[in-house]
Amino acid sequence: MKETTYLEAIKEALDEEMARDPDVFILGEDVGVYGGAFRVTEGLSEKYGEWRVFDTPLSESGFTGAAIGAALVGMRPVVEMQFADFISCAFDQLVNVAAKNHYRWGAATPLVVRAPYGGNVHGGAFHSQCIEGFFFNVPGLKIVAPSTAYDAKGLLKAAIRDNDPVIYCEHKYLYRRIKDHIPEEDYAVPIGKARIAVEGNDVSIITYGAMVHTAIEAAQTLKESGVSCEIIDLRTILPLDRESILTTVKKTNKVVVLHEQTKTGGVGAEISALISESCFDYLDGPIIRIAAPDTPVPYSAQMEEAFIPQIKDLITAVEKLMRY
Amino acid sequence: MDIKREDLLQLYYYLKLTRRLEDRATSLYHQGKILGGVWTSNGTEAVSVGYGYALEKNDIVAPYFRDMGVFLIRGITAKRIMAQYLGKKTGVTGGKEGNVHVGDLHFGVFGFPSHLTDNYPVGAGAALAFKIRGEKRVVAACTGDGGTSRGDFHEGMNIAAVRKLPIVFICNNNQYAYSTPLKLQMAIKNVAERALAYGMPSKIVDGNNVVEVYAAAKEAYEVARNGGGPTFIECKTMRMHGHSEHDSAKYVPRELLEEWKKKDPILYMETYLVGNQIAEKEELDSIDLRVKKEIEEAEAFAEESPYPEPEDVLKGLYATPAGE
Repeated sequence: MKETTYLEAIKEALDEEMARDPDVFILGEDVGVYGGAFRVTEGLSEKYGEWRVFDTPLSESGFTGAAIGAALVGMRPVVEMQFADFISCAFDQLVNVAAKNHYRWGAATPLVVRAPYGGNVHGGAFHSQCIEGFFFNVPGLKIVAPSTAYDAKGLLKAAIRDNDPVIYCEHKYLYRRIKDHIPEEDYAVPIGKARIAVEGNDVSIITYGAMVHTAIEAAQTLKESGVSCEIIDLRTILPLDRESILTTVKKTNKVVVLHEQTKTGGVGAEISALISESCFDYLDGPIIRIAAPDTPVPYSAQMEEAFIPQIKDLITAVEKLMRY
Repeated sequence: MDIKREDLLQLYYYLKLTRRLEDRATSLYHQGKILGGVWTSNGTEAVSVGYGYALEKNDIVAPYFRDMGVFLIRGITAKRIMAQYLGKKTGVTGGKEGNVHVGDLHFGVFGFPSHLTDNYPVGAGAALAFKIRGEKRVVAACTGDGGTSRGDFHEGMNIAAVRKLPIVFICNNNQYAYSTPLKLQMAIKNVAERALAYGMPSKIVDGNNVVEVYAAAKEAYEVARNGGGPTFIECKTMRMHGHSEHDSAKYVPRELLEEWKKKDPILYMETYLVGNQIAEKEELDSIDLRVKKEIEEAEAFAEESPYPEPEDVLKGLYATPAGE
């Protein structure tokens, strides 16, 4: 076991998968000699050459389409979106080509799109967005969002080995802020399976990505006042792990859904509806959603802090729920 | 370019097969037997037959929707295509898709997405894969004149040109994008002028002369196959039907259609073969007879084939279902 940052874990997964399988290659803007805007691919160009760590023109739809074409003839491309926000330029290729290939005409598209997403980095409206909601309503795609270095590595390996298009949401705020002891040997984290980040009995907090850490800190404070929180880290957002969600609801009977994505029509709305449809009788009180307000991500630190769900917001919600 | 007699006769056969198959589909549409629309290549068949026939077995096609000749040449049978039109289980996509939305990797044919020119970047990606793996295979990607106005046209052409990828871009310039004439689509006279901006060589050919299309494509494939990079081929032709069969195309001047009728690609090929004493009229008639029989058999096969089951709607979304 060695201590590894979230960013190093992503890089290790890329490096190891490229060494293991010559069909794996990286493409995107500035991923080659420069090593990517966040230095995730630093050193890989020297190791694997300019064709397997492929610098593209500024052309998100073009290189995403190209990745799809390469995948159709047996490669396993990993696209780097410089910032997740730019994935909107590739929306058509992902939604109409990648997502529908297998259903429409039976062709597998083993494609990974790495999407550095999320706020708290003072990036403003075009460098801070959560993009999972854009794709959550697209059958045929898979979406994962690791919260730990362990999962960052394991989910990326699973995504690369998967035969479907996977949008891999890597949270920029976590890159160098969190570290885990991760195994030296090869492992993958299965797509479609949530994990219990913290076990508890009184309230379930269902979340993913950077918000897992917000939830853990809130849970520590709540524990001091005698409230035991169970935190579900979804890990995969599409398709949702229904079983893990319903199991925790049946255990605690109280639910807060927490995400950094804006509220309306978000992942939390779907989880709330799923719980209402499938285990309404188990609920002691309303399902509470804690999410960003329905605005673009603001730049100023004061406003960005108000935008991103905070520990105090979660504590207030849990305390309210405990009165039921 | 010397073209063998048997190849010339095959070109004629595929022109006839394409025309008769699409004519029959048009009749079935007007009889109400085809639920969706029918888009044909009528009048422009020499484009897809010419560039499709010039490919080698292991090459890849990233087609558009007036490419019936390519599907047939690659080995997707008239039977499967007719069943596709009727939404049968034995159709190319088993009823998941209709009409010309086909793709079959067994024959190196990528699926066609309606979002025109999505297949230029996708095709470029397959070419990139061939380059990475050092394979001597090429890609042919096709679009229409209208499709060259979209961003994906630009992005696909640019990536391929920058990296000298083994791909040939075909444009079926049939003068109209639905009802919009070329002069409202672009401010240039020839679509091929667009290639200049990417530093890509281009050719303009008579799109109604199958021999000319074939020869130009063949030559461009050899350049691409040997590391010379992409070529853009503009095939000037005329769409003789509406955008689809529901469209009477009253917006097209009748004189224009009369003028192009004289240049019909099948008529042209008959004159070429008989005039140059390559084939007797009787031999061509016997080819036509064979084609008629093939279409009748295809229709009977399609009519007798079963429909898919309603529960098939849930099958085949993912290549690797999550959690497996």
